[in-house]
Amino acid sequence: MAIRERLSGNEAVAYAIKQVNPDVMPAFPITPSTEIPQYVANYIANGEIDTEFIHVESEHSAMSATIGATAAGARAITATSSCGMALMWEELYVAASNRLPIVLALVNRALSGPININADHSDSMGARDSGWIQIYAESNQEVYDNFIQAFPIAEDKRVHLPVMVCQDGFITSHGVENILLAEDAAVKKFVGEYDPEHYLLNASEKMAIGPYAVSNYYMETKRAQRQAMINAREVILEVAARFEKMTGRKYGFFETYQMEDAEYAVVIIGSAAGTCKAAIDEIRSITGKKVGLIKIRVFRPFPEEELAEALSKVKAVAIMDRSEMFAATSGPLGAEVRAALYQARITAEVVNYFYGLGGRDITVSDFKTVYKNLETIAETHIVTDMYEYIGLRREQTEEV
Amino acid sequence: MKDTIEIRWHGRGGQGAKTAALLLADVAFKTGKYVQGFPEYGPERMGAPITAYNRISSKPITVHSNIYEPDYVVVVDESLLDSIDVTKGLNPEGAVIVNSTRSKEEIEEHLHGYTGAVYTVNAKEISIKALGKNYPNSPMLAATVAVSKVMDREAFLTEMKASFQHKFAKKPEVIDGNMMALELAFAHTDKNKAQ
Repeated sequence: MAIRERLSGNEAVAYAIKQVNPDVMPAFPITPSTEIPQYVANYIANGEIDTEFIHVESEHSAMSATIGATAAGARAITATSSCGMALMWEELYVAASNRLPIVLALVNRALSGPININADHSDSMGARDSGWIQIYAESNQEVYDNFIQAFPIAEDKRVHLPVMVCQDGFITSHGVENILLAEDAAVKKFVGEYDPEHYLLNASEKMAIGPYAVSNYYMETKRAQRQAMINAREVILEVAARFEKMTGRKYGFFETYQMEDAEYAVVIIGSAAGTCKAAIDEIRSITGKKVGLIKIRVFRPFPEEELAEALSKVKAVAIMDRSEMFAATSGPLGAEVRAALYQARITAEVVNYFYGLGGRDITVSDFKTVYKNLETIAETHIVTDMYEYIGLRREQTEEV
Repeated sequence: MKDTIEIRWHGRGGQGAKTAALLLADVAFKTGKYVQGFPEYGPERMGAPITAYNRISSKPITVHSNIYEPDYVVVVDESLLDSIDVTKGLNPEGAVIVNSTRSKEEIEEHLHGYTGAVYTVNAKEISIKALGKNYPNSPMLAATVAVSKVMDREAFLTEMKASFQHKFAKKPEVIDGNMMALELAFAHTDKNKAQ
């Protein structure tokens, strides 16, 4: 029986951690993820779980300690945001290349500067090449569900990769919403007992983790990481199928909303997808125009072929990025989706919008404008600005 | 009644506007509604203006934006009236509820010509009478429920009592005071409505 609750996104993640009862959690506080280690510390202090909490002096140490614990054979997790993850940078690559199945609760927040505490994806998108699996959530329900699924994905012998479970800072992390929780026993059974294959504290299998690799070996390591990421595709879907059996909630690489007959599509990541759905409902009920949405859940590995297939019949697509990459062309999602469309020889009109940076709000009305623009683009085949900011206080594109 | 009622709270950091919004979400959830309660932070410091929001609905809510056209606005700190247009976008069929010792007419002068209903709640007086201290949250919450009718009053009181009993398990003497603050705010709002 599911438990009806209302929780913030941070509470939901902390509750999932309580249910999983991992062995070790090293963490250093940073807004807006601070509440996660805070709630977990409470659970530990109250004797509800026996996770070993390690107080560290920085995020660099938080990830280092998580790596050490996982390498030793423990199930270890941490949580962070923004500049906190930036300080973990070196260690993110170490975790992935050593094939350590760490689960990181990332509460997305803009990177400085200007210094800003609100949601955008610059932290996780900056780490997209680090070798971590990345899973994003629209709602508190999804971040809870994704967090539980992260363990069997990371720990699967075909994968052995760390997973970053992302949610939008404040928007979901501090917003209270209705949520359905699984029972403790069901979650425990779902994630299972952690049974590491190779680990440092195994006296019968002597091994080194993190040694120097000369050029003769380094490249094979990367190819092996790539294979793990390829394997992760099927594992993510298997775990989702098992999760659906437990909860009835269905997950894949992405969610399609009203895409069956859609002519105009938005591709987006995170909490704004829910706002876009409301715009779609309104547009469809008032004008009958065929608008739809693809919400990316798994960004790493990137579901290129499936996405191209889902977009194969649309006339125009708006790819919406919540972070800059200063290519002076596309954003990270924009570049990936365009590549997917090109590979599949899909010639729909494409525009790449940047929105919501540093927590800038995006509304139902903004999405209505996006769909209107797509209609114009499809009719005229003219895209005046392929890479456009939306929601600016004033037009600043030419100002420096 | 509309599917979704949207409420915007104005207060200052540390005064409890966010707590009030989360508490309203909590109570509405317990009466079977779909809810959202979320804050909008500016610079993190005590005394800075903060905004908090509620969506309360009979249907699942997917929108994740702030609220620009609320049905109700609650002003916990009336000193904000001079610096913020609190009724901006407010539904004229709705209402603004202001925590103030001043009269409705005096408050109206600061509302940029808002044509909908205006309620003042002397939350300080109510709170001091009921609790001996100035905690404006409980009276403002009750006034919001009374004006918006977002949930049944009896259900609201029952759930609030359960919530106080849980929260103040070690200070049971505070429970009656808080319940009295809610009742007084209901009576106060009814009197204002009748006028």
